[in-house]
Amino acid sequence: MNIHTIANHLNTMADSSETGMVFDCQPISGEVDVLQISVVDREELPIFLSVSDDQILCITYLWGAEEVKSDKLHEMHESMLEMNIPMPLSSFSKIGDKYVIFGALSINSTYDDIEHELAVLSNNAVEIIDDMSDFLI
Amino acid sequence: MSIFKKIMTAIRGGASEVGESIVDANATRIFEQEIRDAENHLTKAKRDLTGVMAQQMASSREVDRIKREITEHEGYAVQALEKGDETLALAVAEKIAALESEQTTQQQSLDSFEGSANRLKDLVKKSERQVAEYKRQLSMVKTTESVQKATSAITDNFSSSNSKLLSAKDSLERIKAKQQKFDDQMKAAEVLESENSDNSLEAKLKEAGIGATDASASSVLDRLKAKQK
Repeated sequence: MNIHTIANHLNTMADSSETGMVFDCQPISGEVDVLQISVVDREELPIFLSVSDDQILCITYLWGAEEVKSDKLHEMHESMLEMNIPMPLSSFSKIGDKYVIFGALSINSTYDDIEHELAVLSNNAVEIIDDMSDFLI
Repeated sequence: MSIFKKIMTAIRGGASEVGESIVDANATRIFEQEIRDAENHLTKAKRDLTGVMAQQMASSREVDRIKREITEHEGYAVQALEKGDETLALAVAEKIAALESEQTTQQQSLDSFEGSANRLKDLVKKSERQVAEYKRQLSMVKTTESVQKATSAITDNFSSSNSKLLSAKDSLERIKAKQQKFDDQMKAAEVLESENSDNSLEAKLKEAGIGATDASASSVLDRLKAKQK
């Protein structure tokens, strides 16, 4: 399982996806290979997938720290912690000054598992931004 | 310091800057080597354990054999006494004494094998937990590194493609607008579909001579004739 086989699978799947979503994959080269996955009609919130020794990480950037209303920061953090468990498959994190949601899968996951993960992550991202927009500028 | 604390300190301390690594690659390699060493020790300990357990089983069988022999000879000694043959009974008793001393020695080595087996079992369990713990820690360090490298690749990609990151709210607005457009299209398609099905129904009715019919030449003539009267 590497980003290229995943990209091939997602690209050839096209309209026959189980989730009703169409994925467009673009590998980004660097010290660690990353796959940028755009969900059609949701290009603004791409998913970044990377594969390491024991897991597959899928990350979506939500918002920057500078987008948070300064007097709402604490309240937002509380809400995010409280939402962390109810939110299916995904969790919140912060990378540098960016808030993200991510899902980690076992390296032994099937393509169906990955597709399901991506669909859920994308839905979670859209919904969470909607729900948290009161905290954002 | 726990690995959690180390990673937290490294992230807070600005190691998240592009190109800088949490733990230097050398340290990670040393750690990986330590895990491999621990796994080798574990394999060896398991092999030793198998050997000791085999010895333990052999020793236990030997103790049982001696016990059986002692019982057997005690029977002989009683029989000799019953026959009044004191000399024979003494000879058997000497044999029993020898067997008993052999039993003591064998029992001692059985106890010692048991002790070693138990110690080795504990060691194996402890080592297995240790290796699993090392692996978990290494996975954390490697994941943190991998995410940092991935992040820098993503950041580089964004800055090189010159695409500006939208704010979360703007992104959401755009996505919602696209979703709305899609929904509208679906609705329009549905309306169109139902209109089309209306038309086809009308056509069928007309074919069957039901409902409004086209003006035909004969019907026009009939109308004109009626007017003449």
